[in-house]
Amino acid sequence: MTTAASLPLATVRDLVYLLAVIGFILALKGLGSPRYARRGNWLAAAAATAAIAVTFTLPSLRHSGRNLALALVAMALGALVAVPVARLVKMTAMPQLVAIFNGVGGGAAALISIMELLRLHSVGLKPAVYVTAEVLLGVLIGSVSFSGSAIAFIKLQELITGRPITYPGQQATNAVVAVAIGALIVAALVSGNIVFVYVLLGLALVLGVIFVLPIGGADVPVLISLLNSFTGLAVAASGFVLDNDLLIVAGTLVGASGIILTRLMSAAMGRSLPNILFSAFGAVITATGGEEGDASRSVRTGTAEDVGVLLAYARKVVIIPGYGLAVAQAQHTVRELADALSARGVDVFFAIHPVAGRMPGHMNVLLAEANVPYDDLKEMDEANAEMSNADVALVVGANDTVNPAAKTTPGSPIYGMPIINADEADNIIFLKRSMRPGFAGIDNELLYDPKTTMLFGDAKDTLQKLVAAVADA
Amino acid sequence: MIVTMIAHVTVTVHPDSTGIVEYLTVFVLAAFVGIEVVSKVPSILHTPLMSGSNAIHGIVLVGALTIMGEARGTAQLVLGFLAVFLATLNVVGGFVVTDRMLEMFKSKPRERAPARSGEAEEPGEPT
Repeated sequence: MTTAASLPLATVRDLVYLLAVIGFILALKGLGSPRYARRGNWLAAAAATAAIAVTFTLPSLRHSGRNLALALVAMALGALVAVPVARLVKMTAMPQLVAIFNGVGGGAAALISIMELLRLHSVGLKPAVYVTAEVLLGVLIGSVSFSGSAIAFIKLQELITGRPITYPGQQATNAVVAVAIGALIVAALVSGNIVFVYVLLGLALVLGVIFVLPIGGADVPVLISLLNSFTGLAVAASGFVLDNDLLIVAGTLVGASGIILTRLMSAAMGRSLPNILFSAFGAVITATGGEEGDASRSVRTGTAEDVGVLLAYARKVVIIPGYGLAVAQAQHTVRELADALSARGVDVFFAIHPVAGRMPGHMNVLLAEANVPYDDLKEMDEANAEMSNADVALVVGANDTVNPAAKTTPGSPIYGMPIINADEADNIIFLKRSMRPGFAGIDNELLYDPKTTMLFGDAKDTLQKLVAAVADA
Repeated sequence: MIVTMIAHVTVTVHPDSTGIVEYLTVFVLAAFVGIEVVSKVPSILHTPLMSGSNAIHGIVLVGALTIMGEARGTAQLVLGFLAVFLATLNVVGGFVVTDRMLEMFKSKPRERAPARSGEAEEPGEPT
């Protein structure tokens, strides 16, 4: 770095940006391997810190005390809010937290594009058509990501129903908004009038909302992944607007990787992305399938003592955790139960469905938090190979991921989704709060199976009773 | 591929360059890198990866700071302030959340032990 002093500051800045780009690429690679994931994240954080620090060498920032002060105050405020929120929110609320941090990034990208346009106009420059196009893209994608993420957050936080929200004329409304946005883009490009950009901003915010409302709670994680990818592209668009390669590359890396991740997630649910986004999955079925099941048919309920004995004298027990376990914060208690059974010589493992919890890998994170050994977590295919040898399948707060309708009922909304074959075990125990259907909103035949015993109640309470029952057995 | 892309970035970055085609080239190459890097991720790391990439696009803060430097007049200053604030939430919150998720993976026996041998084991957070 001895020569750095003699280099123009702008070149040093671009070189640091280049190093940050390298850091981001290596970080993404690291995040893909269990061994290096955490270091990858640190590397990305270091790269971002360096790039942000070197940005303060910009003459425009250095020479305007007021702008610099405002920027520093905004950053301090942002950090003051972000750190406690990120550290204190429960692990179960991670998906909505990612949604909100993603949304604000999209909002920032949209604002940057608008500000650049304002700036060009205020100095009397008429931007070239391709600059206007870049601004429009940044505003459109960033705003959709912002308002879409906000609705996703509200859904996951259960401030509004997680079910798909549909209303009469929904398709027509969406079509009108889409056509209007297309027309606005053309008008803005042809006329260069800044008013069109403001109207586009408003309509894009509306589009984000109406795009997300009809998507059901179970599919929202896939949506967040898609919106994450959108924000990446919006950031890339701001990079084009500002002639900044760092933003173009970092934004595009996220945009491209986000699309791949989104496809992997929808594949794990056995559905195509368009199907998830546009089918208002689960809306209609809730009205019919969910209700009549509990009224007209009986299920077998058991006591914790009976089930405790069954578990204690089993040879092989497979625990199938689902979102209910996460909601009940029962990851530590389920580990206690697994430990108690292992101590008695029972062969215990966890079968993890790819979309158990609310995001791929979410359940692994929760169980890892409870110090469940990594080797005891088996992915779906590996678990299914052993399922027919299992004496007991203990389903803790899962439903759709073990629903045989996915294999047997071609008309079912979840038909084709890979499931964990709990039905192949000799005994099936369901720990559930109620007979309510899962996110997909459909009835589960397995609940009425003669091999099935239900234990109703909060997963954590029931598991604690089971731990006690196993100890007494 | 990565090498090609980096080489390209170094060649094409030029402060006063407005060549849209050059930026498009960078964009396309970066898209290929993004696809290439992520296609080999095991499913258990999908959530941390989503969160980590979420933090990476928080680098939009660099853009927000750049535009803040140029801001003139109340309207632009207010918008700039908001952009910097939102971008900071994204980048800081994103990295902290991702680290918290990955922290959960650290005390693994066997498979992960070599990578983590230098770190003290901590119990999971009580919840």
